[in-house]
Amino acid sequence: MNVLLIFSVLVLIAIALWQITKIFELSQEKKVSTQVANDKDNDLNGKLMFAFLIFIYVLTLYSFWAYSDVLLPEAASEHGGDYDQLMWISFALIFFVQTITQALLHYFSYKYRGEKGKKALFYADNDKLEMIWTIIPVITLAGLILYGLYTWTDIMTVEENDEALVVELYAQQFNWKARYAGDDGVLGDANVRFLQDFDGKNLVGIDATDPNGFDDVVVQELHLPVGREVIFKMRSQDVLHSAYMPHFRAQMNCVPGMITEFAFTPKTTTEEMRLNPEMIAKVKKINKIRSEKSKELVASGDTALDPYEFDYLLLCNKICGASHYNMQMKIIVESEKEYEKWIAEQQTFAEVIQ
Amino acid sequence: MSTEAAQVHEEDHGHHHKETFVTKYIFSQDHKMISKQYLITGLFMGIIGIAMSLLFRLQLAWPEQPFGIFEVLLGKWAPDGVMDPNVYLALVTIHGTIMVFFVLTAGLSGTFSNLLIPLQIGARDMASGLLNMISYWMFFVSSVVMVISLFVEAGPAAAGWTIYPPLSALPQAQPGSGTGMTLWLVSMAIFIASSLLGSLNYIVTVINLRTKGMSMTRLPLTIWAFFVTAIIGVVSFPVLLSAALLLIMDRSFGTSFFLSDIFIQGEVLHYQGGSPVLYEHLFWFLGHPEVYIVLLPALGITSEIIATNARKPIFGYRAMVASILAIAFLSTIVWGHHMFISGMNPFLGSVFTFTTLLIAIPSAVKAFNYITTLWKGNLQLNPAMLFSIGLVSTFITGGLTGIILGDSTLDINVHDTYFVVAHFHLVMGISALYGLFAGVYHWFPKMFGRMMNKNLGYLHFWVTAVCAYGVFFPMHFIGMAGLPRRYYTNTAFPYFDDLADINVLITVFALVAGAAQLVFLYNFIHSMFYGKEAEMNPWKSNTLEWTAPVEHMHGNWPGEIPHVHRWAYDYSKPGFEEDFIPQHFPLKEGEEELQH
Repeated sequence: MNVLLIFSVLVLIAIALWQITKIFELSQEKKVSTQVANDKDNDLNGKLMFAFLIFIYVLTLYSFWAYSDVLLPEAASEHGGDYDQLMWISFALIFFVQTITQALLHYFSYKYRGEKGKKALFYADNDKLEMIWTIIPVITLAGLILYGLYTWTDIMTVEENDEALVVELYAQQFNWKARYAGDDGVLGDANVRFLQDFDGKNLVGIDATDPNGFDDVVVQELHLPVGREVIFKMRSQDVLHSAYMPHFRAQMNCVPGMITEFAFTPKTTTEEMRLNPEMIAKVKKINKIRSEKSKELVASGDTALDPYEFDYLLLCNKICGASHYNMQMKIIVESEKEYEKWIAEQQTFAEVIQ
Repeated sequence: MSTEAAQVHEEDHGHHHKETFVTKYIFSQDHKMISKQYLITGLFMGIIGIAMSLLFRLQLAWPEQPFGIFEVLLGKWAPDGVMDPNVYLALVTIHGTIMVFFVLTAGLSGTFSNLLIPLQIGARDMASGLLNMISYWMFFVSSVVMVISLFVEAGPAAAGWTIYPPLSALPQAQPGSGTGMTLWLVSMAIFIASSLLGSLNYIVTVINLRTKGMSMTRLPLTIWAFFVTAIIGVVSFPVLLSAALLLIMDRSFGTSFFLSDIFIQGEVLHYQGGSPVLYEHLFWFLGHPEVYIVLLPALGITSEIIATNARKPIFGYRAMVASILAIAFLSTIVWGHHMFISGMNPFLGSVFTFTTLLIAIPSAVKAFNYITTLWKGNLQLNPAMLFSIGLVSTFITGGLTGIILGDSTLDINVHDTYFVVAHFHLVMGISALYGLFAGVYHWFPKMFGRMMNKNLGYLHFWVTAVCAYGVFFPMHFIGMAGLPRRYYTNTAFPYFDDLADINVLITVFALVAGAAQLVFLYNFIHSMFYGKEAEMNPWKSNTLEWTAPVEHMHGNWPGEIPHVHRWAYDYSKPGFEEDFIPQHFPLKEGEEELQH
């Protein structure tokens, strides 16, 4: 109902605009309607330019104030801190340049609004100025590029080691599966051509002739021990998908026909994150929204929404078809002990196909 | 040429062009008519593209709510008025395709390159009128095919405007990848051919047909922009064509260029050894230069309009030309920044980060030069000028966030989120659209011999300017929060529930912005027939197109083509009564031409 109301209001606004334009049209019949701006136009639009500058500033400040709680959630991986630092430095720089250049642009538009009889300054060139605003961006960007590349290399260098946990993320329309390497720490060979073996019980297409595969564990929920590096090997069985884990500042595409990699070390358990004051506030806000919506739903005879509890997310972030918007997996970060207990309860591939 | 000779020439002309309705309005070889055809086709496609965006904005603000308008427009694709997820993806896909290629490439560059290249360099027409006509009609056919694709049984292409395989290659993967995708590919192949014919024509015309005295260093910046744009087009569009052809082969003839090891709908497919990453490389080899194919003409138009209406020379002409060239060159070696997390070697990512961030330098130079051009000017704030200033504003706002997305590290977490949507809509979508509007307001008198209504123009600009920021500014924030783009609804993730209000706000701004475009449309159509008749040089501009008569004629100038004696930016030059000196005025005795 609300929606209908808002929509009809908007349609009415559109009609009103159309009508206003007609009135404009009629009221100007007497004057000569030309596009050439006169002093009055210049004055008004110059002032509006200044007002627009204020609009941009207010919009920026308001957005930062109102939405600061939804911006970059707290990082839950070890490299997340470095990522956030680079992000905020870049943001500070952008914010600074934006404030100054928009001010100059709109202030000049206001200040030098045209007047009849005034003459502009003939000023066509100044090599020194050009030099200045070439060199300054060069130096700033050189710094940013170096800093960025340093961090990039740091994050993207994946080195196989005995300590690390190897997990395969397996994407398909429209869900995720995860495969743990088991006791031997090696993922068995796999290919989509084995998916139909064992009456479809071979969920990610493990090659049954490769002994490394027998102790592999395939699950639908991702459990990660805190403080231990996880090396993800991504695969997809059908179309492109992208494994996106925003809280860990991690993302990598899953490409059919090849294996891609990404590694990070989780540093905050799910429990700890739920106790984070910012997260408590966010969850409270979300639950308020949900309970209000539930009231509406119940009133119209639908079932109420479940209250929300925070969990880390794995989302698909590459368009993959109709249910792309709902391709997700829960990630649980827990202590090493809890993790060991959980993984011991899972069935290995050898057990599944028996 | 003596007067007598000129007259003979004149008669010759009159005799030569006995025009029927068909040769004058339909299969015209006259660049001015072709430019109008491009503009009107582009605007028509623009209406479709923008209307689509409003439809999916409604769905995003009020997910899965029934809307009568959906039932009316989408029919069986919106059962009980609720939009189907596949249709949502189709709308997003076709909106992107239409806006990027049909409106901002053909509608912008096609219109103004055609109109201005001959008129501003002093040529009677394009180098080949016939090719020019063929180029337009191929564009027309490709538009028709694209529109037809909206009506096929299973729906139009829905794999995103980048149509990455395997999603776009396999009809099993989504309904839009059947006939809809075939038509999409056919339409684009024709479009690319049209664009190549057009570009070659522009390049040849600029190189060969400049009037006497019009050296390259005296060219208006518009022409520099169109010229360089055409070169980028010729270099990069064929690569997209090859990608499209290989995709057609994979789809219809069983090859495996982009496909390998696929299991879908309970069946293992035969494809082996191909890679979707190859397609991504080919696509973005055009895809990124395409951003500049869209943007450079807008920047060229802006340079011209800002200088004319500031009544000042454009600041740093040489630097402006150099930055156009630098942007053009760099644009062809940065495509990998769309693929940082595609599985491409991270070292390659480092290289692309480096080249990408370099683009910020010529862009910054351009922005500063525009601002300095305004400084101490005598600004005539007509609608064209407002849109040009608006363009500089959105170009800066959108361009700056490019520093974040171009940095491979930072891209990891904002890649394919609404942050990206906000960035490219501001920097290339809105900016180029403003360039289109600025160009229409400025050259309307030249195209249609009439003036548009000023106050409606002001209304159009201010509502659009506020709404453009209102729509895209908040998107940065929901993107930073981790919200992926191309989601039919965000309700599947309670984690994003607190972003729902922002989505409603964005949609309201979008609807108002959409309504504001109706003002423009009304103004455009109405002025075409009832606008005040234009004078020859309404903006007191220096460039040659304003020396041609208002009434259109074949060959542009009745007599001899004017010769050029100076650059295009002698505004408010000391020692002259008037604040402008057209390019065809000879230098006064003792007057120095600016060395540039």
